[in-house]
Amino acid sequence: MLTYTIRRLVLSIPTLLFISLVIFLLLELAPGDPMAQVPLTVPPEVKERMREALGLGEPTHVRFFKWMYQFFVVEPMMLIDHIFGTALAEGQQRVLSWQFRSPVMDVIVQRMPQTLWVVAMSYVVGILIALPIGIYSAYRQYSLFDQTGTFITMVGYSVPPFFSGVLVIVIFSVQLGWLPSIYDTTLDVVGWETFKQQLMQMVMPVMVLALQTTAQISRFMRASMLDNLNQDYVRTARAKGLSEWTVVMVHVLRNSMIPVITVIALGVPYIFGGAIITEQIFKVNGLGQLLITAIQANDLPMVQTVTFMIAVLIVMFNIVADVLYGVLDPRIRYD
Amino acid sequence: MTDAPDPKPIAALADEGPTAPPRSQWRDVWDQFKTHRGALAGGIVLLLIILAVFIGPYLWPYDATFIDIRARNQGPSLAHPFGTDQLGRDTLARMMAGGQTSISVGLTAMLLALVLGSLIGVLAGFFRRLDGPLMRFTDLFLSLPLLPLLLVMVLLFREALNSTFGPEQGIFILIVVAIGVTSWMPTARIVRGDVLALKEREFILAARSIGTTNFNLITRHILPNVMSPIMVSATLGIANAIITESALSFLGLGFPPDFPTWGRLLNDATQYLQDYPERVFWPGLAISLTVLAINYMGDGLRDALDPRIRGR
Repeated sequence: MLTYTIRRLVLSIPTLLFISLVIFLLLELAPGDPMAQVPLTVPPEVKERMREALGLGEPTHVRFFKWMYQFFVVEPMMLIDHIFGTALAEGQQRVLSWQFRSPVMDVIVQRMPQTLWVVAMSYVVGILIALPIGIYSAYRQYSLFDQTGTFITMVGYSVPPFFSGVLVIVIFSVQLGWLPSIYDTTLDVVGWETFKQQLMQMVMPVMVLALQTTAQISRFMRASMLDNLNQDYVRTARAKGLSEWTVVMVHVLRNSMIPVITVIALGVPYIFGGAIITEQIFKVNGLGQLLITAIQANDLPMVQTVTFMIAVLIVMFNIVADVLYGVLDPRIRYD
Repeated sequence: MTDAPDPKPIAALADEGPTAPPRSQWRDVWDQFKTHRGALAGGIVLLLIILAVFIGPYLWPYDATFIDIRARNQGPSLAHPFGTDQLGRDTLARMMAGGQTSISVGLTAMLLALVLGSLIGVLAGFFRRLDGPLMRFTDLFLSLPLLPLLLVMVLLFREALNSTFGPEQGIFILIVVAIGVTSWMPTARIVRGDVLALKEREFILAARSIGTTNFNLITRHILPNVMSPIMVSATLGIANAIITESALSFLGLGFPPDFPTWGRLLNDATQYLQDYPERVFWPGLAISLTVLAINYMGDGLRDALDPRIRGR
């Protein structure tokens, strides 16, 4: 297993390098000019100097390698400095955002908490709702509960977040006035009152995102439980007189969780990508919103860094899912 | 001793000929599909939506671009059952025009993704030498963050294509191609798996032994046999493409404002959310209903095309 993990990790390096090159070249084609906002009265030679100050004067491959150096060497050193108080990256050039005129990583670190609060919370809530639904609807296949559950997951699958989000805003903010429609990120949770406020503003985005997670995971859970419920070992477990609860919740569930856990692991990277659309609707200024504003503002280093970080997470969690599968299921042998 | 208890043992083996008339495979599939109530309902709803969207404009008196500024911001009435928008355009007419675009984008993007996915899947499954590189290529695409890249692609090539093909044609091509090239991977993986299993079967060996060329082998023996997974991913592909197009339009990176699609209409409606909240309802409902119908159809189709489930 260890050799397998190491081999996968080593193999992921060329993949990631290639992905970063693809993203870089795609952005290189971008027609937008970062100097477009500069007033026309600025003379062209000054504009040229500003362009060079942004690092645009050099040929593509030099800029690509500089970005790689900054991303893979300088930024980790900054992190070490930050944790241990050393000065490794002192005076080194970092990846700068054109839009904010500050290091990309600092902006990402600022935006991370909002995304984690809303998107990660919704992922957890979605899973917590999905598992019982999946288990029970498989246990009572074709019952009324199963039929309604299947219908609701189908709806959750089909209703896009830009509709469900807007719909809950119309119902709960505009008509009923119960919940705020805009997520206030400046809110500091200091006491009971602000905690309640934070909870109120989180309910809608979390539920909209959780609906999607629930739809996916409960379908997986149900299918996986159905596969296992008719196996011989279940009959054996019943025959030796175990209680129904033990049979289903211990024997069947543990075996059915194997594929579901890998599916859950595969979904984790998208948490960090932020939910672009949902964040846009509820005005949560998380990573997804950062990405889309960066795309609109032609902030290429930001787009490059954020998309690449998402790609790293996707590749890593693919490996995590595969390794987990091998660890959890002793029948799987990779070596 | 042997007084012939069974006079004609051979007779039991004699063929009497099939009693039922022969049935084609597609007939069986249809019979199974009919028993799936959700799938049948989904199919009917989808058909109704397509008919309404493509034939409706010929019957409806208002044009989607006709501006009647005196009748703006109206609620539902007999003349305008869905009301009018901020420029007095009839919402029902705009919904039908938007549906035409959304559904055409969905169908075309699905076709593109299907052709790409099947091609790559068949090549990777059939030719062992291509398997490694093509599957690595697929994995690479699967690990790209797709929505951000889609946004970047749309932003990048919009101007260039607009100037070549005109604003409407250009953006249509762009969105179809962008969705197509970012959604072929699941199809390719499924098709490759099926082709790998199929390749070892005797009928392929038989066909090869009478000198069938690779091209004929693929088109006449392999492709018809992988039709069922392709069809299932086709239905899911349409749903995915419609949602992606609407998402792009919703983020303001899709079709231009005067060119309605369901996502665009939803985006326009959210700007008037405070004053006319009911406006977001129709385009959102149309998207959701279409996708729901397609998903149910895909579910039924998957069951109907699976010979292990069929006939039970």
